[in-house]
Amino acid sequence: MAAGLRRYLLIVVPYAWLLVFFLAPFFIVLKISLSDLAVAMPPYTPTFDPSAGWEGFKAFISQLDFESYIFLATDSLYVNAFFSSLQIAVLSTFLALLVAFPMAYGMARAPDWLRPLLVMGVILPFWTSFLIRVYAWVGILRSEGLLNQFLIWTGIISEPLQIMNTPVAVYIGIVYSYLPFMVLPIYATLEKMDESLLEAAIDLGCSRVKAFWLVTLPLAMPGIIAGCFLVFIPAMGEFVIPELLGGSRTLMMGKTLWNEFFSNRDWPVASAVAIVLLLTLVVPIVIFQRQAERQQEAGR
Amino acid sequence: MPIVEFDAVRKNFGDFAAVDGVSLKIYPREFFALLGPSGCGKTTLLRMLAGFETPTSGRILLDGQDISTVPPNRRPVNMMFQSYALFPHLNVRDNIAFGLKRSNRSKSEVEDRTAEMLNLVQMNDFASRKPHQLSGGQRQRVALARSLAKNPKLLLLDEPLGALDAKLREQTQFELVNIQEKLGTTFIIVTHDQEEAMTVATRIGLMNRGSLMQVATPSEIYENPNSRFVADFIGDVNMIEGTAGKVTKRDGEAYAEVKTMSAATLKARCGVPVSSGEKCWLAIRPEKIAVSRTRPRSAANLVSGCVDDIAYVGNLSTYHVKLADGSLIKAQTANRERIARREITWEDEVWLSWSPDAAIMLSD
Ligand SMILES: Nc1ncnc2c1ncn2[C@@H]1O[C@H](COP(=O)(O)OP(=O)(O)OP(=O)(O)O)[C@@H](O)[C@H]1O
Ligand SMILES: [Mg+2]
Repeated sequence: MAAGLRRYLLIVVPYAWLLVFFLAPFFIVLKISLSDLAVAMPPYTPTFDPSAGWEGFKAFISQLDFESYIFLATDSLYVNAFFSSLQIAVLSTFLALLVAFPMAYGMARAPDWLRPLLVMGVILPFWTSFLIRVYAWVGILRSEGLLNQFLIWTGIISEPLQIMNTPVAVYIGIVYSYLPFMVLPIYATLEKMDESLLEAAIDLGCSRVKAFWLVTLPLAMPGIIAGCFLVFIPAMGEFVIPELLGGSRTLMMGKTLWNEFFSNRDWPVASAVAIVLLLTLVVPIVIFQRQAERQQEAGR
Repeated sequence: MPIVEFDAVRKNFGDFAAVDGVSLKIYPREFFALLGPSGCGKTTLLRMLAGFETPTSGRILLDGQDISTVPPNRRPVNMMFQSYALFPHLNVRDNIAFGLKRSNRSKSEVEDRTAEMLNLVQMNDFASRKPHQLSGGQRQRVALARSLAKNPKLLLLDEPLGALDAKLREQTQFELVNIQEKLGTTFIIVTHDQEEAMTVATRIGLMNRGSLMQVATPSEIYENPNSRFVADFIGDVNMIEGTAGKVTKRDGEAYAEVKTMSAATLKARCGVPVSSGEKCWLAIRPEKIAVSRTRPRSAANLVSGCVDDIAYVGNLSTYHVKLADGSLIKAQTANRERIARREITWEDEVWLSWSPDAAIMLSD
């Protein structure tokens, strides 16, 4: 009996956690997204009043509509913001992969004593606030910043490059910020790969390049997929980086959400943006989970 | 003509010589075993042949051609790895077909050859399993099939049976021999298990500290070891220290008298040329020593002592006999009688005797 109870508790705790911290906020946001804007406190209607009873509840439901969503779909700003976010997230994930794979590969091939130091080096930036690190890039990228000074000093350019407040700055910011999330899972898969597998491939007639394609890459795939999701998901909803580095011309979902919420005080539209963002991310998350499960089944 | 020839091959790691001037010829269709204690350079020698290490000096010839400039993927040599190194993301069939697909074979040829190899190692029923779904013995067979698929001139096996339990190991040894005989491929196997080497190999090369100590057939290396190290490494042996005395020749063999530390005089075949007065060692296999309670009427070599211990392993009994000078000699007899009827027991005074041919005299 006691064991049964304990098991029950073990199951209940995570579900309760999920209910309180995920499902409840989700339904509140969903409800606000279906409400209408109002000049009131809180700035939307209807508000749910339990004292009105069943009739009150029916009236409450009947006042909910998809107006905010229709607005999102018809206003090109939001459509553009969505596709711009998608583009930035996809491209920066790809760029992060291009940078991270050689890094992870080099780390996995480093001598034993050096590896912990290299891993430490990848993790070290987390010890400083994310905000400060992104802000530091302003100092590097702006017209009189370190990068431009350096390039002018070497004579490569004569006029400072306009990097700040362009999408390029956003890509740099995202790739920089999320690089560890790409490096670490790839490193983990490469590091446990048996060197003799490559030798076996070469012994059976592969060139080194071919062995890389046929053995290293397929075996690193789980790490690559995990890394891509870990970068893509936060990049999609990114707010701080486009805000600090992207300037007014860079449109992203996170930024429009912030504007609606704080500048326009349009909570229903802001909530609708949040819901759309969430649903966009649920798809890759589910795929990711599936992948992880399948891998666990494969036992490797 | 030898298929493989090592010509004064050295391999240094830093200033440590892992392989220290090995010269060796291996002939077609041989099943050659490289035997030796851990760290003696067996794997290094094999890896140089496969092309994963380059010799520091010396030459390696394959079919008379120097292969030092041929990259490993171009050598007509395949290797079966100690860890098997099966590709975890490919199933059994694709693992076996891996090398075939890298050669200029047509699709149907690849399929036929893969099926043939699956058949050879009896893995047809497991063709679509992944390596992690196989037992150790099954993995070993897949690895063997994969390394044989391209029909190499030479197959290198690095401790192929190391991961198997004793029973499966023995069975697999015979399978290996059968497959080798059927295909006629030259096999070079690395092992540190002397019994395994004796069972499978047609010739054995015994290594120690990067050098070859002796290269000979299993019976030759057992009967005529050329040094204390070899005698000690292969099978069980009694070593008696002494000084060489008079050397006589009979039927082309040299025999020497040896004065032992306890002043007994023993006669033995000369394994190495010795001159009288030199310090030497007598090596005698325990199963060549007769044990008796009564003094044998005529024996070339005779010592007495008392039974200190008896190790009984089913079909064999080993008597540990303590001599007057305190040294122990092991003598082994086959148990033909039931153990209760055995006439010799602990603390008995016994006589040990052997013929001059049973013992071999080795230099220090
Ligand atoms: N890459 C290397 N760098 C430095 N030393 C090495 C290297 N490879 C092998 N050695 C050394 O060379 C010696 C011979 O190694 P090798 O692997 O050939 O031994 P082995 O006879 O195969 O032993 P085992 O039976 O344990 O497999 C060992 O002392 C080993 O430490
Ligand atoms: Mg080895």
